[in-house]
Amino acid sequence: MREALRRFRQAQEFWLALVIVLLVIVMSILRPNFLSLQNIFDLLGSYAFSGMLVAGLLVVLISGGIDISFAAVATVAQFVALTCANVYGIGWAGVTAIAAAIGLGLGLCNGLLVSTLGIASIIVTIATQSVIYGILLTVTKGQDIFALPPWFSAGIDWPIFTAHDGTQYSMNLQMLGLVAAFFITWLILNRTNVGRQIYALGGNREAAQRVGFNVFRLNLLVYGYMGLIAGLASIVQAQYTQSVSPTALVGRELDVVAAAVLGGASLNGGVGTVLGAILGVALVAILQNGLTILGVSSYWSQFVTGLVIIAAVASMARNVRRRWQNSPGLAA
Amino acid sequence: MNFLELRDISKRFGGVSALSNFDFELATGEIHCLVGGNGSGKSTLIKIIAGVQAPDPGGQIIFEGRAYLHVSPAESSRLGVQVIYQDLSLFPNLTVAENIAVGRHAGGLRFVNWAANRVAARAAMERIDVALDLDVKVSELSIASRQLVAICRAIAAEAKLVIMDEPTASLTRHEVDSLLALALELKRRDITVMFISHRFDEVLEIADRVTIMRDGVKLGTYAAREMTEQQLAFLMAGKSFSYQTAEREIARTKPILTVDKLTRVGEYQDVSFDLYPGEIVGITGLLGAGRTELALTLFGMNRPEGGSIAIDGRRVAFNSNRAAIDEGIAYVPEDRLSLSLVLDQPIGTNIVLSVIGSLADCWGLIQPARRDAVVRDWIGDLNIKAPNAANAVRTLSGGNQQRVVIAKWLATKPRILILDSPTVGVDLHGKDGIYQIVRSLAAKGMAVIMISDEIPEVLYHCDRVLVMHSGRLTAEVQSHRSSEAALRQAIYA
Repeated sequence: MREALRRFRQAQEFWLALVIVLLVIVMSILRPNFLSLQNIFDLLGSYAFSGMLVAGLLVVLISGGIDISFAAVATVAQFVALTCANVYGIGWAGVTAIAAAIGLGLGLCNGLLVSTLGIASIIVTIATQSVIYGILLTVTKGQDIFALPPWFSAGIDWPIFTAHDGTQYSMNLQMLGLVAAFFITWLILNRTNVGRQIYALGGNREAAQRVGFNVFRLNLLVYGYMGLIAGLASIVQAQYTQSVSPTALVGRELDVVAAAVLGGASLNGGVGTVLGAILGVALVAILQNGLTILGVSSYWSQFVTGLVIIAAVASMARNVRRRWQNSPGLAA
Repeated sequence: MNFLELRDISKRFGGVSALSNFDFELATGEIHCLVGGNGSGKSTLIKIIAGVQAPDPGGQIIFEGRAYLHVSPAESSRLGVQVIYQDLSLFPNLTVAENIAVGRHAGGLRFVNWAANRVAARAAMERIDVALDLDVKVSELSIASRQLVAICRAIAAEAKLVIMDEPTASLTRHEVDSLLALALELKRRDITVMFISHRFDEVLEIADRVTIMRDGVKLGTYAAREMTEQQLAFLMAGKSFSYQTAEREIARTKPILTVDKLTRVGEYQDVSFDLYPGEIVGITGLLGAGRTELALTLFGMNRPEGGSIAIDGRRVAFNSNRAAIDEGIAYVPEDRLSLSLVLDQPIGTNIVLSVIGSLADCWGLIQPARRDAVVRDWIGDLNIKAPNAANAVRTLSGGNQQRVVIAKWLATKPRILILDSPTVGVDLHGKDGIYQIVRSLAAKGMAVIMISDEIPEVLYHCDRVLVMHSGRLTAEVQSHRSSEAALRQAIYA
């Protein structure tokens, strides 16, 4: 029991949770409406896209790779799916299927290139990101889509409960996507043998091959899953912003990587949990939202996010070093 | 009944023959040791049995009476072959339980049965009487415990033949003993063990039979009972290396290094000794005795908490290893692969690494001609066998890699050379070469500290031996007045 407690205290999740609780307490004192249901629901909506992508990226990071191209993949998926909706009048099922297929396809391309070229995944995905954006901007000439089908703009709306004051709170597309992405990722990573193969691959690639895991197929799966999630998240995002723009998602990559790393996922692979990823997104969301509520300019909010990430990564590095020193004769 | 027979197996890589017309038998339930120098074909043999490489056509691999021309890795594993490679191939980020039962994760998508995995892991541990916490991550274990995990994994995979590739290279004597006991335990369970080692004492201790290889050819298989270490060494190297203690003339007038009551809590206590120019002093003891920690302090890598270090009678306090290097101290660490060499960089680049600043001209640029001259000198002086100084260090044998490390430190023109386990993973020829280098350096007046686990190594190649136990110097022996038995007594006392 004490052993379990000790291990828990060493975990990144523990410290993250602590920081989040402190942050929430401070914010609630400064702005009593911070913890209101309304604000929480708003937060879930606006961070659904990032959150879903963090779930996908977590899998890639654990496998020992990284994907920078997901924002580009999502933009393409969004654009094609909603253009089809406008032109051919396809419904929810069609839009979702097209976005998912495009995401999956581009993700598999990444996986294929990473596996066969033997080049670091960061280089491969920076390249594919550039290619995808290039094509997209050429085809769309940089034009946004503002006119979306009315059924799409309405979204989905499953009432959960009604508060005393008559405000109705309901499950929307964003929350659904967020919950589904994290749950499925958790299921894959912790409950399936393939998930464990992904951890093993990230922990020791050579050994994974020797044990007989199919590294090629695992790479396809990991990058394919990332792409699939990017495709689905793009629809969630388009429904949230009620528009599609070829440039709106640019720059979101680093937020997502940051949240995943904050959550304890290691860029060296093999390490990371879904709980950590959720807390990582939560911290970024609460921080940015809190600063906005306090009336701090959004430029400063970027600045503070950066500082928090440096602090988190530094503390992780220190932990790793301490653990290394505590285990004598350990040549990683 | 033979578990495995190899008939007329050959393997050529390009023009080089790694194995030629090799015949080999492994009886079910025996412990069979394979000895041979670097490049004798041991690794190739393992890879062929494990299915990683296919032999050239013409030979046969016979598993329990069934003949194959070659096997795939999956087939070999299904037939019961489990190889424990030197790097152990474990997953540091996963728990002990998951590492042991990792084979259960193979195959297509399905849900994991965590409870069944734990049961399988526990069963494997119980079968060979190992007790490890199932929930600890492997990254938190010592090397010796990791080895146990790797062996348990082989057991969990229903191994009938466990091949251990130099399992004892990074273990201390005490850990080696428990590993050897474990090998006997496997044998008791009718699991065949194939053991690859450089250390003849342990080979003769546990093996039923020994096969000796040289240059890809089998020299013979012998009953271990009928062999002595000397015979083994002679057969393996094709020449005899026998060492004796000898008293050398050393003018012990003015010590170059004086260590007085040096203390670092939890690492070493009250360590005092003198070191004279031209002298070779061995430091031995069990793991955790504080030998390496002491060496790191002498090299300025961690500060002592009490006591003093004096060079030429002048008290020094090192803030960093840079300061120690400036005082003429060089340290060749134990783990040459991760701490000393940039494996993918050329031999020459590695050699000049520690003196790169002195090769620069007034613009701070390196002059290639000067660098190449330095590299050439050292390759010649230390007799490093490399076709080309531009080749990556990775391509060299263990003995030659160690020479590159030594060259790198000798280039700093040290007066005191500290060697930490200099011959780990080096074959007999390589060892002999390193001993010769050390002796000739000492003859030129360099003071050498040699840290080692191997009793013969310190006894026959040092003038004095200091024995450390739990951080303290517990004995000092003059080599020429001592013996292996006496030294062993002092270490285990």
